[in-house]
Amino acid sequence: MKKKVVSVLLLAAMAASTLAGCGGNSSGSQTSNTSNNTSNADSNSQAADTSNAGSDSQSGDAANADEGQVINIYSFNDELRNRITAVYPEIESTSADGTESTLKDGSVIHWIINPNQDGVYQDKLDEALNNQLSASADDKVDIFAAELDYIVKYTDADIDAAMTLESLGINPDTDLADQFGFTKTVASDQNGVQRASTWQACPGVLVYRRDIANEVFGTDDPEEIGKLTKDWATMKNTAEQLKAGGYYTFSSYADTFRLYNNSMENAWVAPGETVIKVDQKLMDWVTDSKEWKDAGYFDPAVKGQWNSDWFTAMGSSSKVFAFLFPAWGIDTQMVPNWDGEAGAWAVTNAPESYNWGGTFVLAAEGTDNPQHVKDIILALTADADNLTKISKEYADFTNAKSVMEAAAEDDSFASDFLGGQNPYTYFTPGADTIKMAPLSAYDQGCVELIQNTFGDYLQEQIDYDKAKANFETAIMERYPEITEIQWPE
Amino acid sequence: MKQKRKKIDYSKWGYIFILPFFISFFIFSLIPLVDTIRYSFYEYYRSGLKEIGPNFVGMDNFVSLLKSDMLKYAGNTLILWVIGFVPQIVIALLLASWFVDERLKIRGQQFFKVVIYLPNLIMASAFAMLFFTLFSNKGPINSILLSMGLTENPIDFMGTAFGTRSLVGVMNFLMWFGNTTIMLMAAIMGISPDIFEASEIDGCNSMQRFFLITLPLIRPILAYTLITSIIGGLQMFDVPQILTNGQGSPDRTSTTLIMFLNNHLKSKNYGMAGALSVYLFIVSGILCFIVYRITNDEDPDGSKAAAKKAKKAARKMERR
Repeated sequence: MKKKVVSVLLLAAMAASTLAGCGGNSSGSQTSNTSNNTSNADSNSQAADTSNAGSDSQSGDAANADEGQVINIYSFNDELRNRITAVYPEIESTSADGTESTLKDGSVIHWIINPNQDGVYQDKLDEALNNQLSASADDKVDIFAAELDYIVKYTDADIDAAMTLESLGINPDTDLADQFGFTKTVASDQNGVQRASTWQACPGVLVYRRDIANEVFGTDDPEEIGKLTKDWATMKNTAEQLKAGGYYTFSSYADTFRLYNNSMENAWVAPGETVIKVDQKLMDWVTDSKEWKDAGYFDPAVKGQWNSDWFTAMGSSSKVFAFLFPAWGIDTQMVPNWDGEAGAWAVTNAPESYNWGGTFVLAAEGTDNPQHVKDIILALTADADNLTKISKEYADFTNAKSVMEAAAEDDSFASDFLGGQNPYTYFTPGADTIKMAPLSAYDQGCVELIQNTFGDYLQEQIDYDKAKANFETAIMERYPEITEIQWPE
Repeated sequence: MKQKRKKIDYSKWGYIFILPFFISFFIFSLIPLVDTIRYSFYEYYRSGLKEIGPNFVGMDNFVSLLKSDMLKYAGNTLILWVIGFVPQIVIALLLASWFVDERLKIRGQQFFKVVIYLPNLIMASAFAMLFFTLFSNKGPINSILLSMGLTENPIDFMGTAFGTRSLVGVMNFLMWFGNTTIMLMAAIMGISPDIFEASEIDGCNSMQRFFLITLPLIRPILAYTLITSIIGGLQMFDVPQILTNGQGSPDRTSTTLIMFLNNHLKSKNYGMAGALSVYLFIVSGILCFIVYRITNDEDPDGSKAAAKKAKKAARKMERR
């Protein structure tokens, strides 16, 4: 009997000790524990806090003393990690699996990467941000990335998930003076206070096949082709010529979507409202796409983007003349999918200037490493040398007017993929003329769903009114708070 | 104390050993289940980072679901399930009766059994991805058809409701017919060979033998297959979700109930999703009950009687 009691007690003790790990370091009663863990980051920072409380020095130099030891960076792919490790001078080494980087002062960056697909990244990030207050210092989110499609969700001043740059100690007017204006506008909250910063701008161009251009137009000179693609009316004549030659102008109606979407007059949802107002520009996209599709200017085999048919259309056996992409698209989509010889493509101006995408960096409210966060954001998005490096190494169109203007003149930025052409001569002027469409927190869903529902219409599966009705159904499902959808005219 | 020692009772160990299951069932199944039902009466979702609710709204979620296209999606689910299930059960019955037929002496039985079961080992999502690539407009199937001259333009398999539904049906059929075959084989092998021999002596041909002996005698297992397949069919999600990229395209004709549920979860709409789950719970409950009654009650040699017998026998053993 006694043996049993002892064994039960032992079991209970074991269970208690394993479960205690979950409780965290909050309890001060575990005297034996805390005395053993004097090197623990938590108690360290607590000690530092109390010692600093008296002096209350705000000088940046001494800041490292009260910084946490772990910097958590949330992102949706390795893009951000690659760029930060390339340009942040404090990084000493990065582990082979890419989950940790050690800094020179001994603190550690944890890279927390979740894919964007199906909202996984936002789910995890939202969860972490909601627990930000109660999380222990080492678990707090310090920096996170957000794409243009959903950045408004995080820059919202009412939610206060992201710190204002000013409270970090970055002055947007002086420190980020060289950034393109539109990137600063979209990175600001509803009161115009900038809460995010980015190293890239994404002005789009038209990327076309040189061999097809030579065959149909007798030239592959970007300037000559640019005259044929300068606006939609000219573009249509060009498309007719391409059709006569047996080629398609674009792969599908989804390719032209961003051009229309970017020139919207009003946001999908006005701030504080719950009514979706569909912009006339998008209806234009539908009618124009219908016209183009019926005329045979699109490859009928391609439906939408990011699928294998679309990728195949970028290959050498395809009959598609051009794609509409910003800098990242050429590097990440066209280069891997092109199976012919290098130098077969060239860039020129698109019929309408537009911006597509962009990754923004935000400092999470409640971070325990404000100094590091500030340094990283400045190194990544404001340092001209670093941005030049990023442009050269990753072919990004970086967010620095002076650097990009220089690059447009500098032949060392020429690309082998584009047959020795320097694409920045077309990116840079494009970036200056970009007028961003007003954003709303609903952009991601609206953009995705309107393309899907009207895709069915363009594929002649349903009629126009049914497509409208389907869009309304889908939107109400995705955003339960939306009360009404208004169509133009 | 002394009296207790007289009888040695090991039954408590049985309870202790099954305790882990009930604890994990309680934590991971029962509590979420109760929570789901509770939240179905609340308005509870997220808009961006803002949480709205939970506010009690009574039956509002249930009413608005009825007003939505829910019944259409239920119809879609049913159609997709039937397309997959009918060929599945026919082929499985055929294969099972061939495999266990002593007279046919099929060679390499084990090999075929493994092969027909293989598709079930692939993850449904991977299988759907494979089909998506195979049947895409510029995919291998279209290339073959084009080079053989069977079509002039690539066939847009996933562009029509018929095409998409057929593909989903074919996938479900391919994934599950092996599993069903093996289950039915076990059932047929459970029939006493005496009956088959007697029927042959009486001059039964193989058709009669199948319809008059095999089929009635494996009815409990058939019913089991039907129940599990219906429940599986109600939960159909990954195959159409991946094949249509979550859109149920075209025109939501291949949106299943669970895909509809998933659409609500994109905004973390626990209230609406909970209400839908409650509907599903009720429907599958009713379905189970109906099928169970039909197949078990008037069955002369069915499982109910057998179960009673087994219970009696077990009790006798216990007493000894």
